[in-house]
Amino acid sequence: MQPVNYSRAGLIALAALPLTLVISLIAIPLVVLLVNGLGPESLDVLVAGSTWRIVGYTVIQALLSTLVSVVCAIPATYVLYRLRVPGRRILLALVTVPFVLPTVVVGLAFRELLPFAGTTAAIIVAHAFFNIGLVIRIVGGVWGQLDPRPAQVATTLGAPPWRVFTDVTVPQLRSALLASAILVFLFSFTSFGVVLVVGDPALPTIEVEIYRKAIQILDLNAAATLTLLQLVIIVVALAFAVRLQAQVSTGRNLTAETHREPIRGLGNACAVAATGALVAALLLPIIALAARSIRVGDGWGLQWFVEIFNPTDTTTRATTAWTSLTVSLRYAAIATAIAVPLGVMAAVVLSLARRGRTRLDTVISLPLGVSAVSIGLGLLLFSLTGPLDLRGWSLLVPLGQALVAMPLVVRVVLPVLRSIDPRLREVAATLGASPARAWLLVDGPLALRAAAISAGLAAAVSLGEFGATAFLVRADAPTVPVQIVRLLGRPGEANLGQAAALSVILIVLTALVVGLAERARPAKSTGW
Amino acid sequence: MENQRREWVQQGLHLSGVCIDYEGERLIENAELHVEPATIAALLGPSGSGKSSLLRCIAGVQRHNSGSILWDGADISTTPAHKRHFGLVFQDPLLFDHLDVGANIAFGLRFTDLSRAESRGKIATLLDMVGLPGFERRSVSTLSGGEAQRVALARALATEPRLLCLDEPFAALDRDLREHLVLQVRQLLRELGIPAIHVTHDHDEAEAIADRVFMVRDHKIVEYPNLLPPSLADLADGE
Repeated sequence: MQPVNYSRAGLIALAALPLTLVISLIAIPLVVLLVNGLGPESLDVLVAGSTWRIVGYTVIQALLSTLVSVVCAIPATYVLYRLRVPGRRILLALVTVPFVLPTVVVGLAFRELLPFAGTTAAIIVAHAFFNIGLVIRIVGGVWGQLDPRPAQVATTLGAPPWRVFTDVTVPQLRSALLASAILVFLFSFTSFGVVLVVGDPALPTIEVEIYRKAIQILDLNAAATLTLLQLVIIVVALAFAVRLQAQVSTGRNLTAETHREPIRGLGNACAVAATGALVAALLLPIIALAARSIRVGDGWGLQWFVEIFNPTDTTTRATTAWTSLTVSLRYAAIATAIAVPLGVMAAVVLSLARRGRTRLDTVISLPLGVSAVSIGLGLLLFSLTGPLDLRGWSLLVPLGQALVAMPLVVRVVLPVLRSIDPRLREVAATLGASPARAWLLVDGPLALRAAAISAGLAAAVSLGEFGATAFLVRADAPTVPVQIVRLLGRPGEANLGQAAALSVILIVLTALVVGLAERARPAKSTGW
Repeated sequence: MENQRREWVQQGLHLSGVCIDYEGERLIENAELHVEPATIAALLGPSGSGKSSLLRCIAGVQRHNSGSILWDGADISTTPAHKRHFGLVFQDPLLFDHLDVGANIAFGLRFTDLSRAESRGKIATLLDMVGLPGFERRSVSTLSGGEAQRVALARALATEPRLLCLDEPFAALDRDLREHLVLQVRQLLRELGIPAIHVTHDHDEAEAIADRVFMVRDHKIVEYPNLLPPSLADLADGE
């Protein structure tokens, strides 16, 4: 059969829009930042021992966060994707919720909850909290569809269950484990809100140091230099990761069906217990936050929920929750409407292109690792010094959020497209379908479902984004996370209670959006 | 006669009243089956008849619902697969693609106390036996379908199983190769004295490889007379 060839020009055209978004929204702010910031003094920053201590600390905390996230996710991934557990969908939704929660809010919850807040361990725990769901999703997508027979062959060859896991299953999951580890590393490496709130103030990461230099000390030079350094490390790490992934890429033993077995034996029981403990641990900060939102003085009540909608505070410029909720929802809708089509386009190109895939993948993934603080700062500087004042431009914030959400859309849609047997398109072609029509017939329906699921994720990311939004949002129209941080910046129980109440509403809203999108997931094959 | 036979059958594999359900439906009802030492049994049946499920239950990678599976008279129904010492070969070779040919064959030797040198010697011998001498360092992705299936067979034989379970191992191969391999495997099993159960839907293949032929019919296992004319065999098959 003739392979279906997709024209290079067509694929380039398809890739153009997503690339434009990434390049313009990353390149412009970075160039502005570098032009404004880089100077002869930058060398001093680069040779300073303190700079490299910060770089080293950032890398180490990110590596540890990655290790803890991946290791903790493995038993739950096994349970949720290989065993028949009751309430599986709900459990999956629960472990995913932390990933889309606003970082500042969760940071606050952890500060109240952890006895060791203000240490590196607290950062690692918080990062694991955010990213375990991500690892479960990515690795589970492959694990759920692994052909059970190679493992069965290994058993009959005398391998006890744990050796089947280490010698057969892990090698088959290498690619997915690596992919999720890269994402967790990038998120932890550039994490801002969490480190700021629960970290040790004496031990800043690069991102926090950029923020401190730029906002608190107003040393733009050092901020720009650190941003550049951070970018270089990320690009090197991404390039290394993409190369490594091409090497370990296997995935030939996938099947269309999912294979879930009844819970049996001591090992399975332990894994189920570990999953239960994990879900409980993930819920704890959320529960703490919910408790805080209804704690009024020594009693309980809904006072804070009433007050955020009817502010009684007349001294500060009061914004009702209606305003911030409307702003957040509008931005989320626009950001999703931008991120999903562009992300699908990029995923289609990545699934079909024969050449230039790794480079495209690297560029598309950049927003995952580029510091939101430097993007926000760069765009702000561009507005202040450049030819265009973008500050009042209502599309700027959702565009920035779409930029962050798009790579995640790609990560959701691409595995689905890659799992499609190319021979199906070839069959369609021999039946007379043009390449475009063959794609629409074969890949189209699956792509549509995956797009719907990714839309939930994109909307959730937009709802929770803080780093870039904080710089760009208009003062009279804050998003919910910005409003929460504003409330936290004011003293008193009422403001803390209101921040918690608003956080609870945001969490419910996020869960609702993700839950709604999850309905697009096929009922039977829930491998992805 | 039944009693006489019972005493006689203590050696080898014996299934007694084995039932298997699939999604609430009875797939195999009260299966009685006996495979004596050093014999090859074929298990015939159309697809979906439950013959593969029965084989998996024997190999220990699937649980049967009731009845017992005995080896040399001892009930192994609850023995986990990795302690049964039964080899299993599927229709697809299912080679571990992160390992080369030699490491695939040596996989089962990881769980024995064989020395490295002994393993190497064993791999070379097995590759000779299956007609692929010198293939140790080859990547599994470079093998043809027939070569891959021979490697899978060598991998299953490396641990010297007490019984080899073959689940349509030649079904994906073309006819000439299949006929050639059937004879080769039969000869190999004869030489090694390893008993086997060979599941297939191909009547000719069953006749060619097996000493005794069983068939799944109406959820039951019936022994099939070995020397039935092909025309009758076709009739029975079409039932």
